[in-house]
Amino acid sequence: MQISVAQLSKTFSRKKQQTVAYKNLNFQIRQGEFFCILGPSGCGKTSLLRTIAGLETATSGELSIRSTDSLKQGTVGMVFQEHGLFPWMTTRNNIRFLLENNVQMINRDLDAIVNEFIDLVGLKAFADYFPHQLSGGMRQRISIARSFANEPDILLMDEPFVFLDYQTRCALHGLLLDIWQRKKKTLVFVTHDIEEAVFLADRVLVMSAHPGTVKNIIEIKLPRPREFLALRKLPAYQNQVSELMALLREECEPFRHKDKQSF
Amino acid sequence: MFKNRYFWLFASPLGILLLWEACTRSGFLDARFFPAPSAVFHYLIFTSPGEGLWTDVSASLYRIFWGYLAGCAGGIALGVTMGLNHIVRIMVYPLVALLYPIPKIAVLPLIMLVFGIGEMSKIVVVAIGSFFLVLINTLHGVDSVAKIYHDVAQVYRIKKTSFVLRVILPGALPAIFTGLKLAIGYSLVIVVAAEFSGADAGIGYLIWQSWETFSIKAMYAGIFVIGVLGLFFSLALNLLERRLTPWRDK
Repeated sequence: MQISVAQLSKTFSRKKQQTVAYKNLNFQIRQGEFFCILGPSGCGKTSLLRTIAGLETATSGELSIRSTDSLKQGTVGMVFQEHGLFPWMTTRNNIRFLLENNVQMINRDLDAIVNEFIDLVGLKAFADYFPHQLSGGMRQRISIARSFANEPDILLMDEPFVFLDYQTRCALHGLLLDIWQRKKKTLVFVTHDIEEAVFLADRVLVMSAHPGTVKNIIEIKLPRPREFLALRKLPAYQNQVSELMALLREECEPFRHKDKQSF
Repeated sequence: MFKNRYFWLFASPLGILLLWEACTRSGFLDARFFPAPSAVFHYLIFTSPGEGLWTDVSASLYRIFWGYLAGCAGGIALGVTMGLNHIVRIMVYPLVALLYPIPKIAVLPLIMLVFGIGEMSKIVVVAIGSFFLVLINTLHGVDSVAKIYHDVAQVYRIKKTSFVLRVILPGALPAIFTGLKLAIGYSLVIVVAAEFSGADAGIGYLIWQSWETFSIKAMYAGIFVIGVLGLFFSLALNLLERRLTPWRDK
């Protein structure tokens, strides 16, 4: 197991007020797996991902992240909702800067790695552009390239395509799956989009909200490599989507009742 | 011609000078107190150099250069440190808030007591003036670096020096430049005021001497030189800013 989560809980305290982000989570993520965390907004899925990334600490419980080929603590890379590229660096330098700071990359030919990954996301012609000169989709491609280039054990993605238009999102889903299959990395992908989760994932963890708990973990038994237009015609695909939709719909029920009571 | 930005850059000061020229020539303004700009320029170009204008200008520039340089360097260094270190920030902030509003020229006698009446005291007072403006703007700039860049740096384990030099400094650079521009203007103000008393050269000295000897054209010549220096410094800093922040081209 690459990631093991046991009884993991997080509570935010602010001025005597306590908000539970997630509570008593138990699950495991396998090596090389594409693992989606799906849930309504405010269910604590981003908070969970940030905890795995080391940007937040859990209040209680256990989280272990193992390296792929040793017993050491695994390294992570992350793609954020907003691209998080440094505006003062060109495409090339945005990727290179992280490599220069990566101890795994000592004695490696950084320029070759940078070129390889710029090529991989099809941005060769834009290597010396600044982020503000590129489209949102291009920026997120660089962000993905930079995360893979660092060769972390685990890649974390926090709704990376949420601000992109539908066509761009579909194109990037294909690109992401392609790179993931070539590089064989464990990938944890947070989303609130059911179809996105079904199309990408090996397994989908469905979270319930308030507090965030594991509602179910669904195995997506769809063949790879996946191609969106072909896949969406399959009854199996539609069944998976319906199944997840039903699970998430339950999550919205309590709010409806509350609304009725208040009138 | 009207689409050229340099035309518009010089159009407004030129307009004022023309208006002034007209007022003096028509007798609306007293030529003894408000000599025509043409007369002042004539004096500035043909008479001032013979009376040691360059000695005065270079004396002032020397004081501004070293004072501004030291003040800005100190302001950027402390501003970044305060921005990144919570304890330093809490400890130093009250001192800054307390000392910043004190007019720097008010402490000149004190500075002269410590550093003597020579060059050093003038350089120090310019440095102090620049220091606070750059410090406050740098601190604001460091605060304005978005949280996501801190997150990216943490996830990818960016080393501290790399983080400061290649994330925080460039991120704060636009605000730092605001400080640098305010400080260069303020440096001119301070150096001239400091030279009014206890100096034997400098633009401030020139103006004060000219006033005392009722050499009005020489006084205006000094004032013009300050204005031109101010304009030159602003343009130079704007140029430098565009060079150093190419990602902000519009």
